[in-house]
Amino acid sequence: MKIAVCVKHVPEGTTHARINPQTKRLDRSGEGAINPFDTHAVEEALRIKEAQGGEVLVVSMGPQSAQDSVRKALAMGADGALLVTDDAAAGSDLVATAAALAAALEPESTDLILFGQQASDSDGAVLWAAVADRLRRPVISQVAELTVADGKVTGKRQTEFGYDTIEAPLPAVVAVSDAINEPRYPSLKGIMGARSKPQRSVSVSELGIDAGEVGDAGSRTVVQALNDPPPRGDTVKIEDDGSAPEKIIEYLAEKKVL
Amino acid sequence: MATLVFLEHHEGQLQKPALGVLSKAAELGGDVAGVVLGSGVRDLAPAAGAYGAAKVYVADKPELEKPLPQPRVDALAALVREQGIDTVLFAASVLSADLAAGLSARLGAGLNWDLADLVQENGNLIGKRPALGDSVYVDVGWNGEPRLALIRAGTFDPKEAGGKAEVEDFDFEFEDFSLGATMLEQAHAESEGPSIEDADVIVAGGRGLGTPENFKLVEELAQALGGAVAATRAVVDAGWYPYATQVGQTGKTVSPKLYVACGISGAIQHKVGMQSSGVIVAINKDPNAPIFDFCDLGVVGDLHEIVPKLTELVRQRKS
Repeated sequence: MKIAVCVKHVPEGTTHARINPQTKRLDRSGEGAINPFDTHAVEEALRIKEAQGGEVLVVSMGPQSAQDSVRKALAMGADGALLVTDDAAAGSDLVATAAALAAALEPESTDLILFGQQASDSDGAVLWAAVADRLRRPVISQVAELTVADGKVTGKRQTEFGYDTIEAPLPAVVAVSDAINEPRYPSLKGIMGARSKPQRSVSVSELGIDAGEVGDAGSRTVVQALNDPPPRGDTVKIEDDGSAPEKIIEYLAEKKVL
Repeated sequence: MATLVFLEHHEGQLQKPALGVLSKAAELGGDVAGVVLGSGVRDLAPAAGAYGAAKVYVADKPELEKPLPQPRVDALAALVREQGIDTVLFAASVLSADLAAGLSARLGAGLNWDLADLVQENGNLIGKRPALGDSVYVDVGWNGEPRLALIRAGTFDPKEAGGKAEVEDFDFEFEDFSLGATMLEQAHAESEGPSIEDADVIVAGGRGLGTPENFKLVEELAQALGGAVAATRAVVDAGWYPYATQVGQTGKTVSPKLYVACGISGAIQHKVGMQSSGVIVAINKDPNAPIFDFCDLGVVGDLHEIVPKLTELVRQRKS
């Protein structure tokens, strides 16, 4: 069983993240870390490997600093890493990122490709479906319980309407929810061992795709302007002196929401 | 503009968020069509006319019975190519997000997600996307066509305009891999009252309730207001309330006309799921709770005293 886990290197914490007003891209110059949602995908891959044997490959796309996130996944127990890194790929949108990632994953002959449920920086929760279409593989998303057996993968998930159980033949693409497991912390041994594990970096041209397919040139969406959020209006704040319920009713009646 | 709106349906009903997006598309102008995909769903199509669709395309096939995204990518890719559609809009859902992303890859078409508004500026379509915990609103556009967009569920209200839609069947071929995933089981959660995505009024409870039993206070107020009950991640994780009601970054995004937050501090991961609500009322005993920075009416006090009285007053008013 060969499992690839796609991980994203994101700015640490959303509170300090900012968008560069010149490039209109997320400022990635500060401290970064592995997207917390992706650690659940790494954990799930490791559990499958521990139960059934096999190999876990971490795959990422990002600046050189994304090595930090890749190494975190290796420290958790992944066996090797592949980083797509190229200045030409900076600013890639969904179409461009899916093209590059699919090109990187295609030759790896994986049985299963795992994603976390969203990126904490862009709130994107779509990449797996685009990569699956590129690779012409079935996809199951939002999986909170995963079973891999007999050449098939079965995922249980929650939707707006209830619970789905979906089955797909391998090779498949699965996005897991953060309810699926509790990711392990890397052990000291794992951290020490991470450096000696095989880590490859590839450029866009080494993937055999045209530079025009990635970065700004390959992107089909564009950020045009950054604005302040629309004002909510002033907050009316009251201390309860026993009359709060009446005051709430008055306020709701005035706003015509009763 | 030739716009197509994906009309998601469930148990024989076109979904309200999708009809809201359809109404918005009609407001933006141009040729507006809807598309209904499923098995035995032709009867659902005409209803979309009232919300602004001049035409509704229907693909009625047994392979489309279950709500799986990949067979629908095949359908929409064929339809967009044949009909020269330049804009495809989706109300965000578990199904539509995967469908939109698959279609984006298939057509090499730009997808913007999590949009809180769509506007025309100088003839260009612009999406408004709250980002970084909604601290910044990003104007997003598209390079080339078709343009794909996922709209936050509940952003637009369906508006009945009373038009009639022409219904047209279309055909397409499935890709082999698109039929790989199969639905083994769909267990439907039984819920009383409206779901939180559809509700005009939501009453939400957080840690400040103190005990799971106190959710009864929230439920009673919700019932009196004719609304739905929601919960924060903290109380869902603690097992006080089901995940289906979780609002926030890892739960649902809602925008009811009224959101009453009881014992909720207003952490960023909760805020992103509810701050586009119409009127936000917060009741919390901590005067420094962050929710007081983005609510409309903030009440500093003991919810255990305030909420039951409020429920009683609402009941009196409605009776």
